[in-house]
Amino acid sequence: MSDVLILADFSGGKSSKTTAELATAGARIGAVTAVVLAGAGQGAALAASVNQGPIAKVLVIESDDFATYGVAASADALAQLVKEKSPAAVLIASHAFGKEVAARVAVLTESGIITDAVDVAADCTATQLVFGGSTTVHSKVSHGIAIITVRPNSVEADFNNSTPAIENESTSISADAKKSTISSSQPPVKGGRPELTEANVVVSGGRGTDGNFTAVEAFADSLGAAVGASRAATDAGWYPHSHQVGQTGKSVSPQLYVACGISGAIQHRAGMQTSKTIVVVNKDPDAPLFDIADFGVVGDLFNVLPQATSGVISKKG
Amino acid sequence: MPMKIAVCVKQVPDSWAEKKMVNGVLDRESVDAVLNDLDEYAVEEALRIAEAHGGNEEGGANTVTLISMGPDRATEAVRKGLSMGANDAVLISDVALAGSDALATSAVLAKVIADGGYDIVICGTESTDARMSVVPAMISARLGWAQLTFASKVVVDPAGKVSITRVTEAGVDEISAAFPVVISVVEKINEPRYPSFKGIMAAKKKTIDQRDLASVGIAAQSAWSQVNDATPRPARAAGLKVTDEGSGGEALANFLAEKKLI
Ligand SMILES: Cc1cc2nc3c(=O)[nH]c(=O)nc-3n(C[C@H](O)[C@H](O)[C@H](O)COP(=O)(O)OP(=O)(O)OC[C@H]3O[C@@H](n4cnc5c(N)ncnc54)[C@H](O)[C@@H]3O)c2cc1C
Ligand SMILES: Nc1ncnc2c1ncn2[C@@H]1O[C@H](COP(=O)(O)O)[C@@H](O)[C@H]1O
Repeated sequence: MSDVLILADFSGGKSSKTTAELATAGARIGAVTAVVLAGAGQGAALAASVNQGPIAKVLVIESDDFATYGVAASADALAQLVKEKSPAAVLIASHAFGKEVAARVAVLTESGIITDAVDVAADCTATQLVFGGSTTVHSKVSHGIAIITVRPNSVEADFNNSTPAIENESTSISADAKKSTISSSQPPVKGGRPELTEANVVVSGGRGTDGNFTAVEAFADSLGAAVGASRAATDAGWYPHSHQVGQTGKSVSPQLYVACGISGAIQHRAGMQTSKTIVVVNKDPDAPLFDIADFGVVGDLFNVLPQATSGVISKKG
Repeated sequence: MPMKIAVCVKQVPDSWAEKKMVNGVLDRESVDAVLNDLDEYAVEEALRIAEAHGGNEEGGANTVTLISMGPDRATEAVRKGLSMGANDAVLISDVALAGSDALATSAVLAKVIADGGYDIVICGTESTDARMSVVPAMISARLGWAQLTFASKVVVDPAGKVSITRVTEAGVDEISAAFPVVISVVEKINEPRYPSFKGIMAAKKKTIDQRDLASVGIAAQSAWSQVNDATPRPARAAGLKVTDEGSGGEALANFLAEKKLI
């Protein structure tokens, strides 16, 4: 069986759920090696957290260049590994960083690239949902190594613990990859709620909240959900931009998406319409988002949500 | 120091139009085409950078050139950028480019950029049709130029340095690099101007240098990924809709319980 490289994905200093999803997809193709790019002295701790999903081996590369030179340095190191190991495929998380790393790796290794896959088959065929989820596409890389970015929360992951062998590897980052220097980095503020792209349930608020997210947050908390926002809400400064759902925000595909006071502009839909179940609360019966809702309540969110919150809490018992 | 700025702009199907695939590629003929709206922010930022450091109008120190790869009719989208105030444009059109993937596109754009001797290249973060967000990183990798992408703020020192604030899901980074650089800008960065009547008239006289692959000096590269099949998914049908008359919240909780979502 051929090998597969996955780029381990971290959030808050620990391996994320996405890593297990990448491993699960990768294991269909071959034995999975998870690559950990770490700052000097941080490799062991990060590697130790990479233990969920079918991972055969963890390869650690430590260098402060990753924090200093960002995407270009990470891609440079990964491309060197790809050339050395010639895996059948390289799977990377489909977010801004992951897609840019994949883009550079594809150029450096002269390989085809597929982004935003929602599934990957044993023969490296990728499934994508395009045109706002209205069309399913199956495609395959036809040149070089299959470089595929996989959307978080799309592959049903095997979270069983594994005990991968841990190996260290060293690389030297090329001069071309050291041309932009990061002088400071601020990680996103993490609240107590689940990460938006990983959450099973997302409750979002839009202009209809009029800046008051308490009802949205309370309902989210009753469901253990992440909180999202429309661009109208993030532009107004009511919610941080990192919570924006949509074309220029995050793409989410949870089991349940609840949109409150959001009209359903095409740019918002682009980030949520592949959600399994969609619920809409809006006082305008003609809001376009009702057209794709599995369940809609025409009403004022400040009345509907508190009642729904108590309903959920009492049903959970 | 006068600056040569290039902006990569793409013509895309109108995002409101219904799209379909024909033989594994997007059917571009059947839908209205517009300038990728995320690229308008790139044009605006280029103009602002030029204006802040001596201008790009007649007699101005700097130039803003649009670079686009697309069919003949992409001239319409390019004219929009010219009417906003860009000086001129290069449009690469060639039948051999039909069906190009991001790798092929970035190779062509990188060749034109390398030959043009630019200091700064600005892209949008994403084309609304392909939605890959990979072309700027690919151009940077091909040219060996600094990558300054997902910028919500760009500060240019015409002596040859650019600093940006990068915003992504991974947080906020302050990044800087020396010319030449490849930038991509997020839509929060500015408010693109509407072309003025004067701008629209002036744009009609501006040069669009249309080149085929031979004059670019690069061979066509086939796409390195293949679509096996594309099938429309059943349209999402609207489900149950209730009007809140005092128990809408309960109805919602009941729906979630029925669907085992609680
Ligand atoms: C380049 C570009 C990129 C964009 N990217 C994104 C993106 O990533 N994500 C995104 O979301 N948008 C994006 N947009 C913006 C998008 O076009 C819409 O403007 C935005 O989604 C509207 O947000 P909204 O639905 O909250 O506001 P509105 O469209 O104003 O809708 C508010 C809704 O709230 C309802 N309402 C009001 N009060 C109440 C109440 N008390 N109870 C219940 N309902 C109420 C109203 O009936 C209305 O339907 C983008 C736009 C552009 C041009
Ligand atoms: N055919 C093209 N011509 C010019 N610029 C392009 C083209 N394709 C992509 N770009 C640029 O690259 C950015 C990202 O596109 P993409 O990687 O396709 O999402 C766009 O916003 C444009 O600035």
